[in-house]
Amino acid sequence: MSLVLDHIGYRRGDEALIADVSLELARGSMNVLLGPTLAGKTTLMRLMAGLDRPTSGRLIEDGTDVTGVPVKDRSVAMVYQQFVNYPTLSVYENIASPLRVQRLPRSEIEARVARAAKLMRLEPMLQRTPGQLSGGQQQRTALARALVKQARLVLLDEPLANLDYKLREELREELPRLFAETGAILVYATTEPTEALLLRGRTATLWQGRITQLGPTAQVYREPESLDAARVFSDPPLNELALRKSGTEMMLAGGRVIPAVGALSGLPDGEFRLGFRSDAVTLGDAGGDRLGFPGVVAVTEISGSESFVHVDVGAGTWVCLVEGLHGYEPGDRAEARLDLSRAFVFAADGRRVSADAPAPALRQSVPA
Amino acid sequence: MAQITLEGIGHAYGSGAARSGTDYALKPLHHVWEAGRAYALLGPSGCGKTTLLNIISGLVIPSEGRLLFDDRDVTRLPTEQRNIAQVFQFPVIYDTMTVAENLAFPLKNRGMAKPLIDRRVGEIAAMLDLTPHLGRRARGLTADAKQKISLGRGLVRSDVSAVLFDEPLTVIDPALKWELRSKLKVVHRALDLLMIYVTHDQVEALTFADKVVVMNDGRAVQIGTPAELFETPEHTFVGYFIGSPGMNLLRGEIAGTEVRVDGQVIPLGAAYPGLRPGQEVKVGIRPDYAVLSETGGLPVDIRRIDDLGRKRLAHVALGENRQTLVATVPHGMSVETGPGRVSFDPARTHLYVDERRVHGDSFSRGRAA
Repeated sequence: MSLVLDHIGYRRGDEALIADVSLELARGSMNVLLGPTLAGKTTLMRLMAGLDRPTSGRLIEDGTDVTGVPVKDRSVAMVYQQFVNYPTLSVYENIASPLRVQRLPRSEIEARVARAAKLMRLEPMLQRTPGQLSGGQQQRTALARALVKQARLVLLDEPLANLDYKLREELREELPRLFAETGAILVYATTEPTEALLLRGRTATLWQGRITQLGPTAQVYREPESLDAARVFSDPPLNELALRKSGTEMMLAGGRVIPAVGALSGLPDGEFRLGFRSDAVTLGDAGGDRLGFPGVVAVTEISGSESFVHVDVGAGTWVCLVEGLHGYEPGDRAEARLDLSRAFVFAADGRRVSADAPAPALRQSVPA
Repeated sequence: MAQITLEGIGHAYGSGAARSGTDYALKPLHHVWEAGRAYALLGPSGCGKTTLLNIISGLVIPSEGRLLFDDRDVTRLPTEQRNIAQVFQFPVIYDTMTVAENLAFPLKNRGMAKPLIDRRVGEIAAMLDLTPHLGRRARGLTADAKQKISLGRGLVRSDVSAVLFDEPLTVIDPALKWELRSKLKVVHRALDLLMIYVTHDQVEALTFADKVVVMNDGRAVQIGTPAELFETPEHTFVGYFIGSPGMNLLRGEIAGTEVRVDGQVIPLGAAYPGLRPGQEVKVGIRPDYAVLSETGGLPVDIRRIDDLGRKRLAHVALGENRQTLVATVPHGMSVETGPGRVSFDPARTHLYVDERRVHGDSFSRGRAA
């Protein structure tokens, strides 16, 4: 089946919670909704499910208008960030519950529960109650219940957010595969760019109730079309630098003037904003053609093999990626070295501009 | 400010007659927490980290061992006689008070003079970016802002023996966690207090702490700097738990200065005279140091490539038993699933017996794989 969101909007009072969202979701596809808390991910999923009725636009399932059709008359399974299970029922009965509602024959229920329990590695826990399970096991129970239902639309709302990161790693690998087998449309909401990249599929970046970009996940990451999309798809946060181009010179925020080099030389005169991720700016001698910004280390964050050094360069504080574990101390002087070729250029209205016209067309012709 | 000493501190819940090793929520532990340092207790849920924190705070009386604050035995003293500050998972503040009054409360309680209180509250508020909110009532603030106030209340007294944090960033929005993790580190540098921070999040632990205590199954499996935990995990659990994804572990047999894995030979950066030839070992190598290569290294079957944006990771199978590992794809290398090669950095290739790292005699210089 396919699900089409046709100019869907949702207002509460004067507030537009979802504004003009159009999407087409294909059978068996993985669709990631990426956005920070309060961007509208949960609201949009509730509209897709029929839990709330959109205030404008239409919801079309396989060519049939299902706008306003309540969730009970749709084929939908939803898993939430908080583990939702029936506390007094056994794990087995928790998983079986949607099948009992559907009045399936007992043999069919047993077969489906057994299969889901095996996939979710819950077999030894089937007779326990949710209170006797770890958080990871409780969430696997909720996921198994969504799986047995064999719904045509499966909505996963930050399903791994409350789990330890090691469990997240494991389940993140398994989930898309498990649901892909059912042929369901999978919609997965997350706040984390890395999670989106690992899930692959297509990603819609969501910001203030609007979809700012939609495309194959890796392509949206590599070629954000707007400042909002780039910000949503950056962790650590996107580094930014405002500048004004005038002839062959660029005045940077903070007053420094540099020659307009590389791709930037092709820009028309005016106000721009550079956006670049932590891996486009490093410390020390990185080699290559980089622009140096002397600054002072604010703090260093260590994530396993990578160090993220926050450097105050006057025009703002940037997060710079340094490979390996490095103990830059707060107050240390350091030079942030920016690889301009990996900076995105945004116009004053936030839209991505290409510094030299032919390049984007060329990039678009390369499959993601 | 004090130094805190654990003298064989252990805890088994329930009444203890004959106990087996598995009854312990916390297995007996010796450790000195040095004054002015930042520590993290890191481990999965149920590992005993919260039990240990509760023993230090006085919420739990350990079933064995002694707890010393400097030379004072506080093992059985109630929390309020230990002179500690605590920050919990969820905000603990007074909704009807202003932000400034909330921050001042622990100082006022101890009868500090008003000018001193004002100065200290001002300092702490500035560190946590709370200055613009000082006059506002706490009610109606976001959960993030309230938790910042809780952090401020925990940090405001300069005369405490220690500040204990129990997963303090749980309610913080992911986007703000970056900011607060950084803040706490800076605050620690500025305040010179002993801080102990419980978390299950490795980034929080590695970023915040001078030293991290990695816990699993009631035991402190390694206490080390972030670099030590990453470069030389002393226990396979540390290799697994630190790093995302964690360290690769392959079953093999030692053969001189090499290890055989299903007929393939991985060179080592050290000699292991303590191991018998042919002895079974686990080979531990981090994905960062197992790198896809065009020509060198060992043949593998590349099964999947994960593109994480900043880097790419290859999931590969090695040898006839198809042991799986994760390897790094070098920047710029074009790669597809199917046959490929992985080379291992011998200096970063460790051996484990009974899950513990075997210490070898390193060669003066690492050889190329």
